[in-house]
Amino acid sequence: MHRSRNPWRWLIILPPLLFLLIFFLVPFFFTLKISFADSVIRIPPFTDILTRTAHHLRLVISLSNFRRIFTERLYVLAYLFSLRTALLSTLICLLLGYPIAYAIARSRPSTRNILLMVIILPFWTSFLLRVYALEAIIDNDGLLNTLLLHLGIISHPLVIMHTNFAIYLGIIYSYLPFMVLPIFATLEKLDATLLEAAADLGSPPWRTFLDVTLPLSMPGVAAGSMLVFIPAVGEFVIPSLLGGPGNLMIGRVMWDEFFINHDWPIASAVAIMFLIVLVGPIAIYRHFSDQHSES
Amino acid sequence: MQRRYPLFRITALCLGIAILYVPILVLIGYSFNASPLVSLWGGLSLKWYGALVHRHTLLHAALLSLEIAVTASTAAVVFGTLAAIALVRFTRFPGRFVLTGMVTAPLVMPEVITGITQLLLFVSLLQTFGWPHRGFLTIVLAHVTFCIAYVTVTVRSRLLSADRSLEEAAMDLGSGPMRAFVEITLPLIAPAILASWLLSFTLSLDDLVISSFVAGPGTNTLPMLIYSKVKLGVSPVVNALATVIITVVGVCVIGAGWMMRRAERRRELEIRLAEQANASTTATPEEPIALRSPS
Repeated sequence: MHRSRNPWRWLIILPPLLFLLIFFLVPFFFTLKISFADSVIRIPPFTDILTRTAHHLRLVISLSNFRRIFTERLYVLAYLFSLRTALLSTLICLLLGYPIAYAIARSRPSTRNILLMVIILPFWTSFLLRVYALEAIIDNDGLLNTLLLHLGIISHPLVIMHTNFAIYLGIIYSYLPFMVLPIFATLEKLDATLLEAAADLGSPPWRTFLDVTLPLSMPGVAAGSMLVFIPAVGEFVIPSLLGGPGNLMIGRVMWDEFFINHDWPIASAVAIMFLIVLVGPIAIYRHFSDQHSES
Repeated sequence: MQRRYPLFRITALCLGIAILYVPILVLIGYSFNASPLVSLWGGLSLKWYGALVHRHTLLHAALLSLEIAVTASTAAVVFGTLAAIALVRFTRFPGRFVLTGMVTAPLVMPEVITGITQLLLFVSLLQTFGWPHRGFLTIVLAHVTFCIAYVTVTVRSRLLSADRSLEEAAMDLGSGPMRAFVEITLPLIAPAILASWLLSFTLSLDDLVISSFVAGPGTNTLPMLIYSKVKLGVSPVVNALATVIITVVGVCVIGAGWMMRRAERRRELEIRLAEQANASTTATPEEPIALRSPS
């Protein structure tokens, strides 16, 4: 590149780099540090790892938080429940989202823009309010039950609110656009001549789909799945508003440790363990999203 | 490309649109319900909208949230655009790998984690330097951090698709790289910058989890207030408030989208006219040669 020695270069690079280093990356090291501290009653509510006496520094590392995470049932169950919930919701999102993305990609260009707008628009409206809107429908005396009771289809209200099912519904409803858009992006770029070639060679449509379309859209499927799965594992608003007291998702456990128990070190340790669990999925997402933006 | 609409695709589209829109429409419908109960239709009424105006805490929170959103999205657009330029235009520089990671990770990072880590940063900073106190500033800083990611992704894809040859032509004609960028490329990526400002604005306006962590006691943003209300169940005043927010955001987004498309079409038309004019006046042979990209 003949302009790589641009004198403005560092003026452009440094501001975002420094800002994100300080406010995005460095905080993780603070979290790691505090996850090794002990919880005490004072402000801020944790012990110092590094203390300075008259002559030397003293480093006190406590592993009790991590020991608790692995031995207390609450944390293990919350991790497993979160992973299971996110995995299942991601699968349902994929089963719903793929046909939608496919239908949009196959529509006329003029209709396509409108349909895309229709899919994107909910993303712009408040996430919190959309989760709340779901509550008005599935509540015990909500719209769905009122309608079904009125029509005589059921005699007792369906209990959906405060169950696992409500959490699945919430995640699917809120994250569906994140699944549709990356899949659409790969389907849109799909070379139509490949499909024609397959058809010319006598392949029935479903074979063409399985042999050509599906494999070529895998980057979109992977990116979309990670875009749903990763935030869903750590979701707080949905289990807190729609789930019951028994549905302990890890995001909620962290919130409660923080705001209710004021145990910052254990919350930090849960966050650190959570990040370790998520490193794999985030790497997959980056791999596919980079591949996408390079092409 | 098939242009027909088989039943399967129409079903997929209808199902998707229903999932995304029915809850919002139900919420809007209930905001006009005179009865405070979801299960009972008490006739049309605007009384919940009237009640909205008299809630001073609500208005204060809304004002605070708007201030935060404007400040945060403006700062995020500056940092995010710089990051996008750095990533697209400078192919190798120390820290490029870290910067790429830091602009993709916040897109998938669970909010609870971001919230905890940033709070711990702010608390540690306050302990060491006596700054920043939790409140407006810390919320803005936290919002800027996650909004940068959305800005960078949006502007970056636009920059990648922008025609580099125009800028190079301007430089061949003797304008400096800075001027060529400001006069040629900046107008080209302006729609993406505007779109990402709007997106950052709505994301900041909507954020509950991160704000809850980094806001000190006594600072209440609108989503925090809404959350504390809907935690107790469906509230007719929140229905009215939600309808107002959704309508305002929806109108702004659709309006901005429409304006951008119109500007885009005009630009395309101008380019085409310029090309035609250029083709008809081939009397000066230097011009078309200079306009061709040297690469």
